[in-house]
Amino acid sequence: MTISVKVMKRPAPESTSYLRAALSGMALTFKHMVNPTKVTQQYPEEQTELSPRWRGTHVMEVHADGRPKCVACGLCPTVCPANCIRLVGGEDDQGNRYPIVYEIDEFRCIFCGMCQEVCPVEAIHVGRHFENAEYTRDRFVYDLDRLMEQDHPSTLLWDPSDPAGE
Amino acid sequence: MDYQPISGVWSYVAMSLKVTLIFTVVMVVVAYTTLAERRVSAWIQDRHGPNRVGPFGLLQPIADGIKNILKEETLPATASRVFFILAPILVLFPSLVTFAVIPIAAPLPTPAGVVDMIIADIPIGILYVLAFSSLAVYGVVLGGWASNNKYAFLGGLRASAQMVSYEVALGLSLLAVLMLAGNVTLTEIVWQQQQLGMWFAFPLSLAFILFVISAFAETNRLPFDMPEAESELVTGYHTEYSAMKFSAFMISEFGHMVTASALMATLFLGGWDLPGSWDNAHWYQGQLISGFAADGSVILASPALWKTLATFGGFAAKTGFFLVLYIWIRWTLPRFRYDQVMSLGWKVMLPTALAYAMLMAGTILTLDEIGLAYGFGYGLVLTAVSGMATVGFVFMLDRGRTITGAAAQRTQRIQTKTIQVGEAGHPQPEEAA
Repeated sequence: MTISVKVMKRPAPESTSYLRAALSGMALTFKHMVNPTKVTQQYPEEQTELSPRWRGTHVMEVHADGRPKCVACGLCPTVCPANCIRLVGGEDDQGNRYPIVYEIDEFRCIFCGMCQEVCPVEAIHVGRHFENAEYTRDRFVYDLDRLMEQDHPSTLLWDPSDPAGE
Repeated sequence: MDYQPISGVWSYVAMSLKVTLIFTVVMVVVAYTTLAERRVSAWIQDRHGPNRVGPFGLLQPIADGIKNILKEETLPATASRVFFILAPILVLFPSLVTFAVIPIAAPLPTPAGVVDMIIADIPIGILYVLAFSSLAVYGVVLGGWASNNKYAFLGGLRASAQMVSYEVALGLSLLAVLMLAGNVTLTEIVWQQQQLGMWFAFPLSLAFILFVISAFAETNRLPFDMPEAESELVTGYHTEYSAMKFSAFMISEFGHMVTASALMATLFLGGWDLPGSWDNAHWYQGQLISGFAADGSVILASPALWKTLATFGGFAAKTGFFLVLYIWIRWTLPRFRYDQVMSLGWKVMLPTALAYAMLMAGTILTLDEIGLAYGFGYGLVLTAVSGMATVGFVFMLDRGRTITGAAAQRTQRIQTKTIQVGEAGHPQPEEAA
């Protein structure tokens, strides 16, 4: 088998000119220099609109009286592929189950969103958020109070019957 | 009113003020040139550049300075300690000291006498600049050698070869200026440009072009940044340097740029001279004069503060123009190959500068023999002669006769190629016989 390689035809040395090429290059860079439209996004002032299915750090939904919606069923730590959720459930006098400890290690989390998919009461959600900077590493383990405080919008789950999201 | 040069105690006061002021201004300009470089490069690439620190990013150079002071200084174990530390000092010093002989504005009248706006109006003028600017290469070579690093050493070697090559063309292109001005002090060169009625960029256009090209090579700026050549030599001679020592190399590079820009403005764009004869002032036989009347008698100058400020503004604008040109060219033209730099220096610049010096010497001699008075007409004749030389030079440079890419050279042109490949598309190993 043979392959023939095409070699681009270069202009003949008699018809090339460094000076003219340099001057036209300078004209081009000058045009760009004075052109006021720039491509840079001025990030803190200009925010990118995130996709409705963007999966970021978690949000715990709360009831109107401020209790977490979580019923400590244990499905999310079970389904979690990164094993980043720690849940210790408890039961009150009326027999309602509630989480005593609910922690998510956001460093371990792979943001697959399976906890949100599996949750029977729509309590835990992944959120549309990406600004997570902290000063210490241990601040990345979000406890229950922290998860309940998160106020960013939660992610829209992918619906298999409506794959385009319409 | 009779103007006298400042003397006595007040001259020392004026001198220390001038030294402090010019040094500060040069350092600030150097700092802001680094910012301008980053902003202009960003604009050319459709970006914004650093605009976060202070309004329009104006505090960025200060932040950079603080960062460089606080960073860790590394000293390579195998480096030659003394020379490694000496090199940034040697490279920084000449770039700042050359500014001393460049006049920056028209003389300033004070109650104690007239102050010349130049630190040292020494009689050797331009020779002092050439002597000290050549010294900078010692710092570069020493830095490259003392680092004990192959890339740094190659950068140092390239720097020395390049400086030697272009110093020759630089000096020869200056020759025309010195012949026309008849003096080597920069104040005299500015005065002669005022007397000629036009800036030397016109009557000596080819010298101007050669000088600008050589100055780019001397300051190691693109397209002549062989000593640094990021893509070939890491960063060349300052590969091993960090923190403030690296910063010293950067300051000296930009300092050289500022000095070279000021020098080009002084030699070819009239220095602080503004159009018209209202701002002219020069010491002539103990008197401050603004020109000669038709009968040869002197016209006394009337210096004023506003004239000094206006001419300083003109000088700053001209220097700024060259600084922007430096940056603009850097972000447009790619680096030359090393052999192209050498062949441009020795085969094009040197013969052209030599021939041009001869041509100008002949023209000036002829004009003096004819008896044409030094003035606007004299300048026009020189402009015509130089214009023809420039057109010839550009024609010779053009059409790929001297600098072309490797691909355009006849020997490099390959049309088609066939390769034998095996089943999986890999080149087949040759069968053993």
